Amino acid sequence: MSGYLDAATAEPLHPAAREALLAALDDGWADPDRAYREARRARILLDGAREAVAASLGARPDEVSFTPSGTVANHLAVLGGLLARRRAGRRLVVSAVEHSTVLAAARLHEAAGGDVATVVVGPTAAVDTAAYADALTPDTALASLQAANHEVGTVQPVAEVAAACRDRSVPLHVDAAQVVGRLPIPPGWDILTASARKWGGPAGVGVLAVRIGTRWRSPAPEDDHETGRAPGPVALPLVLAAAAALQARSAAAADDARRLGQLSERLRSEIPHRVPDVEVYGPADAAARLPHLVAFSCLYVAGEALMTELDRAGFRVSSGSSCSSSALTPSHVLEAIGALTHGNVRVSLPSDADDAVVEGFLDALPPIVASLRDRAGVSGL
Amino acid sequence: MTVVDARGKRCPLPVIDLAKHISDVDPGDTVLVLADDPAAASDIAAWCRMRGHELVATREEDGAPAYEVRRLH
Repeated sequence: MSGYLDAATAEPLHPAAREALLAALDDGWADPDRAYREARRARILLDGAREAVAASLGARPDEVSFTPSGTVANHLAVLGGLLARRRAGRRLVVSAVEHSTVLAAARLHEAAGGDVATVVVGPTAAVDTAAYADALTPDTALASLQAANHEVGTVQPVAEVAAACRDRSVPLHVDAAQVVGRLPIPPGWDILTASARKWGGPAGVGVLAVRIGTRWRSPAPEDDHETGRAPGPVALPLVLAAAAALQARSAAAADDARRLGQLSERLRSEIPHRVPDVEVYGPADAAARLPHLVAFSCLYVAGEALMTELDRAGFRVSSGSSCSSSALTPSHVLEAIGALTHGNVRVSLPSDADDAVVEGFLDALPPIVASLRDRAGVSGL
Repeated sequence: MTVVDARGKRCPLPVIDLAKHISDVDPGDTVLVLADDPAAASDIAAWCRMRGHELVATREEDGAPAYEVRRLH
């Protein structure tokens, strides 16, 4: 039993990715932009990877660019979408629960004199479509909405928000990092981003897809790679491995979602029975959640201590609690939904998770929480 | 008014201090928690929701955020 339960950060490397990576180290090292034989072979491999990734995203190959990470993809998506529509306005609309990389790009835009409108969310972290639509004023250059929330698993109403954006001729960036390779891609995006390590590809590959006809201009210094969208040569072996993993994951996605969804449901229903004073987050409706992610907070417990004890017991999870992050502030997602920010745990199941790891976690958690509470002297409070 | 000074303490200590002192006051009366940990804003509100008490107001007091909590039961 592997106790690795942090797939929302990085899904373990898919065997198909490992195989492709090893082969690519021999076949895919040359620069695809050169004209000699090794380069032509590299070009064919890169084109094939692009076609495979595009097919999984429901995009055309020439709409898809590879970036060095999901972080860079989000930065380029937001800043490039804003730059291309400067004449339309300088307003960016985001939800309060976007990934920190989207919000970091938003802050840079604000520091440069732009406007950022943040759409608040309710306790489930779901965006209200009407509230989002109301934020789309005529001077809005770009809107950004995640496909699903990375900390509590909430699937956002992307199709509905996309329709509202289309009515107002505002391009929509969809950060699809948590759904690519797991759930169908929601329709209606104009710019889409993703990260290969979330689907079982290697770290070091992000995806930026820009629909034909969508206005987007690189905010980076001029560079020819990836049709001018992502500076620098692609890490071809990593891209080939990422594409192989995505093909394999996409083929198994529906089965994985069903199986992991049942395991998540077991965690969601069982944790509050076994541990007192716990709140489980995300929507109650399974169809409105990511199948593999369960987030909860334990009252009076420090998130860092909880992660350390779970690690000692063999379980690797992440936490949005401030004492467990590099910053002193708690997760903006937990704050936005009014959650308890301490004692927070995010369990995200990798594709090989099984009953044994879930039951093991359910057995390990209650005594750990109880002993941390004993140590803090909070019993009866 | 009962004041709980949790300045300089990191989460979850401000909430634990509040929980320890809420029964110092009668139902209907308030406790003022001074806490400069940024997590306290969310956590005190969440604790009130979970325990059925009321976060009446948030303000500045002695240069630190102060949370006025009414004991309801």
